[in-house]
Amino acid sequence: MSCCVSGAEFPNAVALRALNDEIMLASRTVEEGLRQTDLSVPAIHCGGCIQKIETTLAALPGVEQARVNLSTKRVSIRWHAATTPPPFIEALNQIGYGAHLYDTASDGKDKTQTELVRALAVAGFAASNIMLLSVSVWSGAEPATRDLFHWLSALIAFPALAYSGRIFFRSAWQALRHGQTNMDVPISIGVLLAFGLSLYETIHHGQHAYFDASITLLFFLLIGRTLDHVMRERARTAVRGLANLAARGALVVAPDGAQNYLPVEKIETGMTILLAAGERVPVDALVLKGRSELDCSLVSGESLPQPAQEGATLQAGTLNLTGPLTIVATAAAQNSFLAEMVRMMEAAESGRSVYRRIADRASQLYAPVVHLTALLTFIGWMIIEGDVHHALTIAIAVLIITCPCALGLAVPMVQIVAARRLFEQGIMVKDGGALERLAEIDSVVFDKTGTLTMGEPKLTKHTGNTETLALAAAIALHSRHPYSRALAAAGRKGIGQFEITNISEHAGAGVEAEIGGSHYRLGRPEWAAPDAKPGTAETPRVVLARDGHLLASFDFDDELRPDTNAAITALKRDGLAIEVLSGDRAAPVQALAAQLGLPHIAHVSPGEKSAHVAAIAAAGHRALMVGDGLNDAPALVAAHVSMAPASAADINRNAADLVFLRESLLAVPQAIEVARRARVLVRQNLMLAVSYNLVAVPLAIMGGVTPLVAAIAMSGSSLIVVGNALRLGRTHMQKHEEPRPAAGISPSRDFPQEFAEAAR
Amino acid sequence: MMDFLYLVPIALVLGLIGLVAFMWTLRSGQYDDLDGAAERILHDDEDKPLPSKKKAPR
Repeated sequence: MSCCVSGAEFPNAVALRALNDEIMLASRTVEEGLRQTDLSVPAIHCGGCIQKIETTLAALPGVEQARVNLSTKRVSIRWHAATTPPPFIEALNQIGYGAHLYDTASDGKDKTQTELVRALAVAGFAASNIMLLSVSVWSGAEPATRDLFHWLSALIAFPALAYSGRIFFRSAWQALRHGQTNMDVPISIGVLLAFGLSLYETIHHGQHAYFDASITLLFFLLIGRTLDHVMRERARTAVRGLANLAARGALVVAPDGAQNYLPVEKIETGMTILLAAGERVPVDALVLKGRSELDCSLVSGESLPQPAQEGATLQAGTLNLTGPLTIVATAAAQNSFLAEMVRMMEAAESGRSVYRRIADRASQLYAPVVHLTALLTFIGWMIIEGDVHHALTIAIAVLIITCPCALGLAVPMVQIVAARRLFEQGIMVKDGGALERLAEIDSVVFDKTGTLTMGEPKLTKHTGNTETLALAAAIALHSRHPYSRALAAAGRKGIGQFEITNISEHAGAGVEAEIGGSHYRLGRPEWAAPDAKPGTAETPRVVLARDGHLLASFDFDDELRPDTNAAITALKRDGLAIEVLSGDRAAPVQALAAQLGLPHIAHVSPGEKSAHVAAIAAAGHRALMVGDGLNDAPALVAAHVSMAPASAADINRNAADLVFLRESLLAVPQAIEVARRARVLVRQNLMLAVSYNLVAVPLAIMGGVTPLVAAIAMSGSSLIVVGNALRLGRTHMQKHEEPRPAAGISPSRDFPQEFAEAAR
Repeated sequence: MMDFLYLVPIALVLGLIGLVAFMWTLRSGQYDDLDGAAERILHDDEDKPLPSKKKAPR
């Protein structure tokens, strides 16, 4: 299965250290003597993967059963509780799948969805059977038969209404209790009155009963509700399945020398922590011992690896790259950088005005108008005829016919189709409100590192020939430093031809190796080849030297995200104001902004970012914030709407309204375009719903609505609205690139694909 | 003319059977992994149904 190889990941050193305690913690007892563990394996993507993973895991001792869920990209493993947890994660890594524990506690497997589907099934059953009986009545049944059929309908409708209607009644009651109204209030009133009136008519051998109307209405509305929920849940699952980039715990050394793996929450100020290369700093800390380099890109937006040695202070969330460090915690988790960001996000949240969704705004106008019309109809007929029963019947018919069936579907249907479209393009939408807000924006604020750029260096130029490149790549393969990975990726072709011995990495300097009796150094110029002239100040330089003589030098640059230029051009064409807001140093930000022709602000603190975005809002503009770093998180919340790439920090992915999984930055203009087209269709649908009422309501007021007319009118208007919504799925988007096979769900930042292939 | 006296109950019972069958498939988790089910049909080896999920509510 070649497709499996492309999605494979290099063994994840962090995951390898997920200790048995942690697995124990994340597992639960399913039966006597059996425990179940759920793993998230983002690289699962085909039938071959299923088979490979299930056979491998089932072969492990102690494993009772392993089952892959392809839709959610998870594996659930049942194992015998008597043994220590079998090495699932190692086994998966060996066959090329990165895996991490899936926190079932945060899952709460979707009770709502099951409830909705059940309610939908019951409503569907009831609606079809009642309609069957109603059609017989409409075709002119004799009075005795008609009464019998009405009673049968009532018998079916009552339990169905009680069961399936709950969802609407509950929400309507919630709203009423808080003195508000929402779309569910007129729905509930209409459905209940229709049922009540029909029951009354049935008891008194009346000619018309509206059981079919009230249940069919529920059925249609439940379809919309269920699809809406399924779509959002799918987006949530996809986002939750991404690798957890925050530190989960750390190896703490007790004063007596004992080493314990503690979860982050248990780490206290003053504890000594051993931090291996490849681990993230769990809490704010001070370096006691060791030399290394740190990747701060996710925390501060700083694009170059930062050296760290004794006495340096580290912020929680930075990634230790090259050497092991002994650090001492200077703050507990709740006082660390991450917690501070969460507090700032809360502050930004409270400062943002609450957005009211279109459907809620519409229903606020709609409900009073409808109820007033019904009341006036009743009064009017009382004046004309003075017959309470007849006046009441017509007033209720008005309520039934205006029951916002089309309105209730008008908005969600469009948003479901839009979310589906975006899903196919690898963009996850958290909820429909996000699409409405996205359609309103007039400016876009980009973070730089990790958003406009990939957040990882790429080899831009090198002196020397293909052989020196291959040689450098072969040596670089043994280091986790970002430059080494970039080199390994660039020169992976001839990598196999060298026999490397005595390889060692020197933190903050480079890698040393022996090949065929010669002594090679790859790393900083002043360390590898002290005689060679240093590189330019701005682009960091790495050289390869043999026995102290310079062989080749390599320049790196943070690579632009694919299609960045096209995306920026598309956004400019849409008339959006764009700016770059970065925590990185001025020089790289300026260079990038100049290249893209964008205004920029560099060296911005997280608080300033958030304040800047809030200021844009205060000036009456609506901004889309796109960012991936922890330092962007408060700004994401402060912005009108926000997007984050899949490689973003965990809290950003949770805070962002949209998450894009593919690498291409074209996701941004694509999402905006779909959102805007959805807005047009939503407006059309609302107009359709209103014009339907303009025709139907006068008819109802005149007393001309029979159950047959009501059924045709309501089904007809619902179908028109749904049909209009589906147009969004059919019409072609303006040309966009073929989806890239890379990245997918696996965050490319940690494991470039080329590197994984080169490593095997 | 009085055919409906037994036809209507038959129709209702058949509908109910369908409803109950659907509820059962829902409860036994048959819609949990639709993508996976589509792929598994291509596997040659025996693929037994999962053991009862009653003790592991999901």
